[in-house]
Amino acid sequence: MNALYSLLFVFLLVLIPLFGVDAAHLRTFFGVCIPTTAFIIFIVGFAYKVITWGRSAVPFRIPTTGGQFKSFDPEMFPQNKLDCPQTGAQTFFRMVLEVFAFRSLFRNTAVSLHEGKDHPVVAYKSSKWLWLFAITFHYSFFIVALRHLRLFLEPIPFFVHGLEFVDGLLQIGAPTMYLTDVGLVVGVLLLFGRRMINSRVNYISYASDFFPLFLILAVALSGIYMRYYDKVDIIAIKELTMGLVTFHYHVPEAISVSFFVHVFLVSCLMAYFPFSKLMHFPGVFLSPTRNLPNDSRAKHHVNPWNDPNIKPHAYADYEKHFGVPMAEAGLPLDNPENGKAPEEEA
Amino acid sequence: MSDIPKADELFKSIDYNPPATGWMETPVDFSPGNWCYPAKPEKMEYMESKLPGLWGPVREWNPGEEDWKLPANWKEIVVNGFKERLGKFRSLKVFMDICVRCGACADKCHFFIGSGDPKNMPVLRAELMRSVYRGEFTVAGKILSKLTGSRVMEEDVLKEWFIYFYQCTQCRRCSLYCPYGIDTAEMTMMARELMHLVGLNTNWIMEPVSNCNITGNHLGIQPHAFADIVEFMVDDIEEVTGRRVKAPLNEKGHEILFITPSGDVFADPGIYTFMGYLLLFDYLDLDYTMSTYASEGGNFGSFTNNETMKKLNAKMYAEANRLGCKWILGGECGHMWRVVHQYMDTMNADIQGSQMATPKSPITGTVFDTAAATKMLHITEFTADLIKNNKLKLDPSRNDHLKVTFHDSCNPARGMGLLDEPRYVIKNVCNNFYEMPPATIREQTFCCAGGSGLNTDEIMEIRLRGGLPRGNALRHVQEKHGVNTMACICAIDRATLIPLADYWAPGVTITGTHELVANALVLEEGEERKMDMRQEYLPGFEDEEDDWTPPNMEDA
Repeated sequence: MNALYSLLFVFLLVLIPLFGVDAAHLRTFFGVCIPTTAFIIFIVGFAYKVITWGRSAVPFRIPTTGGQFKSFDPEMFPQNKLDCPQTGAQTFFRMVLEVFAFRSLFRNTAVSLHEGKDHPVVAYKSSKWLWLFAITFHYSFFIVALRHLRLFLEPIPFFVHGLEFVDGLLQIGAPTMYLTDVGLVVGVLLLFGRRMINSRVNYISYASDFFPLFLILAVALSGIYMRYYDKVDIIAIKELTMGLVTFHYHVPEAISVSFFVHVFLVSCLMAYFPFSKLMHFPGVFLSPTRNLPNDSRAKHHVNPWNDPNIKPHAYADYEKHFGVPMAEAGLPLDNPENGKAPEEEA
Repeated sequence: MSDIPKADELFKSIDYNPPATGWMETPVDFSPGNWCYPAKPEKMEYMESKLPGLWGPVREWNPGEEDWKLPANWKEIVVNGFKERLGKFRSLKVFMDICVRCGACADKCHFFIGSGDPKNMPVLRAELMRSVYRGEFTVAGKILSKLTGSRVMEEDVLKEWFIYFYQCTQCRRCSLYCPYGIDTAEMTMMARELMHLVGLNTNWIMEPVSNCNITGNHLGIQPHAFADIVEFMVDDIEEVTGRRVKAPLNEKGHEILFITPSGDVFADPGIYTFMGYLLLFDYLDLDYTMSTYASEGGNFGSFTNNETMKKLNAKMYAEANRLGCKWILGGECGHMWRVVHQYMDTMNADIQGSQMATPKSPITGTVFDTAAATKMLHITEFTADLIKNNKLKLDPSRNDHLKVTFHDSCNPARGMGLLDEPRYVIKNVCNNFYEMPPATIREQTFCCAGGSGLNTDEIMEIRLRGGLPRGNALRHVQEKHGVNTMACICAIDRATLIPLADYWAPGVTITGTHELVANALVLEEGEERKMDMRQEYLPGFEDEEDDWTPPNMEDA
């Protein structure tokens, strides 16, 4: 049901610009106002959320350690520098691998239960499907987004050209098919399929898990439609996008409606981003179990709200309480008076 | 215990397919066996007098009844407490927002593997809190409640928290696999802090906490009784080795303060580990003392709230200062070491005395810079250094009757990174060492299912279910290599792994690492040991009296 609601909602979103541009002639509204507003919501919302996180304290160092720590004898017990970092540089590399290679996900295993010969068996096997789906999706999306820079920059930077060249290396069709266009669509479909087929993942999925998948799929499909089927006027579009960047707003007549659908869906994605789980993108950088070195036994760290008034139960009180039996057991006392039984005092 | 199913039946009852009803609509089972008993009122009164305002109303209550006797403004307290903690812990704030419910954690939790209950999937356990976060603190969650999986704080939600956040042992296995490092242990800690604010607690945590504060240790062992127990152990060591060891208590002017969990003082097999420490220290003629006041390394405060964790932990430095010790040597314990490693210096460095210094082994001269801030050294680091420098004469053949495997305790493994030192020690004192399967050891280790204050018999079936992954891995090496002993470096393990092994891998005994060290330690040239530390005769030395079999057991 959650998936169906989300799908219907994305269909509705597609209809809005279709009617808005063709029937209501709101070209400037959909070409300029909506994307600008969405971009502002994205930037402000994103920054607000990250700042709110940043304002919360990190009182304790709590890295999850995934290997041997730095020992007193690093040769005999070699440290796992990536999974149990001790320095800032090691932590940096741990984060780089986490962000760019999804390292924790790479370790994923799947559990299964079996009837063994004479006793049950719990088995674990490496399960890299989610890693594969996720990495296909994220890298495709990332490169597609980078390629779009050619619409917003003049002159077009060399690396964008390079990306386009590599991405279109197979030279299938005209215009040349981009591998990442396929990767993005396939990646989304695989992630969606996993959510539907894996009963446990399906059980924990909300509409807010399906909606971004469908929205991104719609963005990708509308983009593909524009490029390969509608063959939109790319010069006119660059006029509009450069206008957005330089604040000289102009909507050329040559732009067809499919472009407005694409831009509207991207705008929805931008505006939705800061309020959704998509914030895992900045969040991964702020996760205290990953971005801190494991050095709290070697170095002093400060908890900003540490309460110095919390004191241990005083030894003096302890001795007062247990002094008599302590004295009888021959344990040394700070204050010999505490060792005298009450009746002796009288 | 009697109504607990047999291992095979229990195994067959596990179903990983989620129920037909959504998780918010699936009712929670409050029948006995699903929850730990609440704290005795006098324990709560005592803690309220020591750390006021953290414990909610003191009362008799029963989780099996409808009315939990919550304070009238309980919702306000929980929601405000939640808000306060979102500001105090970035971990909580970030973890509430960034989960994508990818499910990588789902089958990593030992309680899920053994029960199939979807609310034991870490993602869903955290959703119990996240749903409230979204419903109470986010705009989107308030508007689109069902679609975003959000809900407001209600009594049923709080009761569900009580069941499931006391069905998490804070072992962090899920965190290892999470692409964002979301740590359910952090969430569980926060949920428990909030529950404590409105008087939801368990006796198995609160009695140790209150005992620890007043007597110095969990068990409420008073100083003279503590001294007696140590004396008994000294007698037993003499029985085994012929050597009368020193066991200094509360003595001033020694270099080192030794602190171990009190679980090592009172019960099998922890006492054998304790005897191991005593024998080793005497052999080295170590300049050390123990303390009855700081007679506890374990910190059940960390299962309640950070204030109590700090208060109980502070005792270690306070006592080192009073006795004039330079550094602290810590025994084999799991969560004690997570607290020491990750929290101790941050919480209590300000009370560290100026006499304290970076630990330096008086035997080998090794300076342990890795512990420069806390001034506290793990015993396996200390012993590994001794072995490396040939300071111990060891006869590992005395452990030849044992085929040993090693259980990594969760906290040292995933909250510290202490993996190789205990293995090095064990391999030097035993000839037969076998690892359990790779997916169940080191950082991927499985919990004993009794950590974080769950080591209590009223939830035995839950513990045995949670113990399935560890028990099954143990069974594997038992069959494959004839393993008959599982060593560990955690006092809670030494208590909980016994029923677990009896159930899932009968015939395997549990031991501490330093018990094995003591068995192998050659005290003087030509020394012959007939017994191990348990006073069981070593193979070849069984005397005739000991061979006697009760008549009714002859056929067995």
